[in-house]
Amino acid sequence: MSLTTENIKALLGPADLKQGSAATKVKRFVGDYGILIFFALIVVFLAVAAPNFLTLNNLVNVVRQSSIIGLIALGMTFIMITAGIDLSVGSVVGLAGMTFALLAPASGGAFWLPLIVGLGVGLLVGFLSAAMVVWGGILPFLATLATMAIARTAALVITDGQVVSGLSGPAEWLGSGFVGPIPVPVIIFLLAALLCEFVLSRTKFGSHVYAVGGNEESAKKVGISTGRVLFMVYLIGGVTAALGGLVLTARLDGAAPVAGTGYELQVIAAVVIGGTSLFGGVGTIRGTVIGVLLLGVVMNGMNLMGVSSYYQQGVQGIILVLAVLLNRWKSD
Amino acid sequence: MTDAPPATPPLVALKDIHKTFGAVSALRGVSIDVQPGETFALLGDNAAGKSTLMKVLTGVYQPDRGSIELDGKRTEFPTPSASRDQGVEMVYQDFALADNLDVRTNVFLGREPQKNILGPFLRIIDRKKMEAETKRVLERLDIPINPRLKVKRLSGGQRQAVAIGRALAFDARLIIMDEPTANLSVAKVDKLIEVTQRLKDLGIAVIIITHRLDEAFAVADRFAVMRQGQVVGRFHVGDVTEAQVAHLISHGTLDDYVDHGDGIPAERRRIGSTSSIDVVDAMATRGTTTDGSDS
Repeated sequence: MSLTTENIKALLGPADLKQGSAATKVKRFVGDYGILIFFALIVVFLAVAAPNFLTLNNLVNVVRQSSIIGLIALGMTFIMITAGIDLSVGSVVGLAGMTFALLAPASGGAFWLPLIVGLGVGLLVGFLSAAMVVWGGILPFLATLATMAIARTAALVITDGQVVSGLSGPAEWLGSGFVGPIPVPVIIFLLAALLCEFVLSRTKFGSHVYAVGGNEESAKKVGISTGRVLFMVYLIGGVTAALGGLVLTARLDGAAPVAGTGYELQVIAAVVIGGTSLFGGVGTIRGTVIGVLLLGVVMNGMNLMGVSSYYQQGVQGIILVLAVLLNRWKSD
Repeated sequence: MTDAPPATPPLVALKDIHKTFGAVSALRGVSIDVQPGETFALLGDNAAGKSTLMKVLTGVYQPDRGSIELDGKRTEFPTPSASRDQGVEMVYQDFALADNLDVRTNVFLGREPQKNILGPFLRIIDRKKMEAETKRVLERLDIPINPRLKVKRLSGGQRQAVAIGRALAFDARLIIMDEPTANLSVAKVDKLIEVTQRLKDLGIAVIIITHRLDEAFAVADRFAVMRQGQVVGRFHVGDVTEAQVAHLISHGTLDDYVDHGDGIPAERRRIGSTSSIDVVDAMATRGTTTDGSDS
């Protein structure tokens, strides 16, 4: 075979990853590590500016506060990598949390039943979304806009809009218990994150999630059951959102039917900050965890420094835009 | 076709394949055979039935009538994976790659090798094996590409190599290439010649589906021309000219092209003079129907 420039490039292989002008290299570096650097700078700044920030107590607290959004963001990452979106997660938090609260006192000591039923509610809503997306061919945005409304209505109707409070001891433990020095929600979040990271980066299913997001037609042609992959990601999204709802209910020792309203936007912001593309095919659980913690640290820092909570959403918005701009410079 | 059975049966033979979709007869008794290691082109206009025929061969469609033989033995391809399991691989016109994934992942997409960890119930993708195998098949094609490069960074020719490498990685005996130069920025017929020659050296048969005559003449040993769901001619390259075949593609006959003025119908002369030319189908078509009715 003749040595065309194309072949030479191919032979060199990885070298062309490093090709480009100095400016390109800087851009790629900033694109790849910008969010981490930003995260580190904020931590350093807060360590200096907010005296209580860098205590073990506070850091554990940050993770605990982030764990609910974090759990929901794990499932959302799967969905967004397939180029989908799930707007129903906030309503699932409300409905699953409500179910949990209603069943937890009734079943007395054992909290397995409310736990399983609560997660089952998440599965059910995920199933509805998936059915509309896969079987109905409805855009994920619209399908989950519908399940968002339906699940919220269900939560309101079940209790006639009332708040349910007072959980059994074991159920409450889910939100406010400790294992050693570590809060239970933190443990749940970290274990779930590890599991999701494993599934997404190491398994056949994980690989197919990326393939469906990258090119659904190609995935179909090579024999991947794209419908099954899509079904799975919405089920995962439903379960992680329900788990978030259970933890929230347990922490508050009660459930309001409107709980979780607006969570979907926070979650999507965290996932995008973590490097997942709305167009699909790109994203990692590691990135999502960083996105969630970054937002958590910023909120915590603002609280510690006595910044009015009015500013918090605006700051989140600015970080979101920054992250989106940085993602453009990523090396891949 | 000779009277004595050939020493080795064809690698694959499609016999009298019929396929109807509603009122449309897409295939009306099509037969082709491909020898081991041969490069065979399937020519024809849009809607001539080329793609439908290949979908029968790849298990996407089931024929209404007719049979498939592999190594002289009758077989069936009830699903695409059944066809792939028996060594028939398809290289799609768009190459069916996912840009966001690297070369090795694309080569094994949908058929990832796995290894057990912590017992038989927990299996993970064996990326090392994927990388080594990808390197191996691309070297066999003589188109080395770093297995870890994302496909979005590859040129059109490299993408095609990945798509062909995918077929090689699963021990393809027959590779079907659908319009192989349609998605290359420049019509790289030279490149295609190299690749098909390479596959021939590896003993792999190739069917190229194309409507481009230059492509078929450049790479194929033999070709068949399809028109309105039937084969209207089978030739060895060199026995006919591009102009004759162009006429056959658009009119379904060779006759009024070669007119020596001696009163002998052109198709009869050709049969008499060149045994390798098979225009029986062409005559049949002319005698029966070109209006799509299938009695």
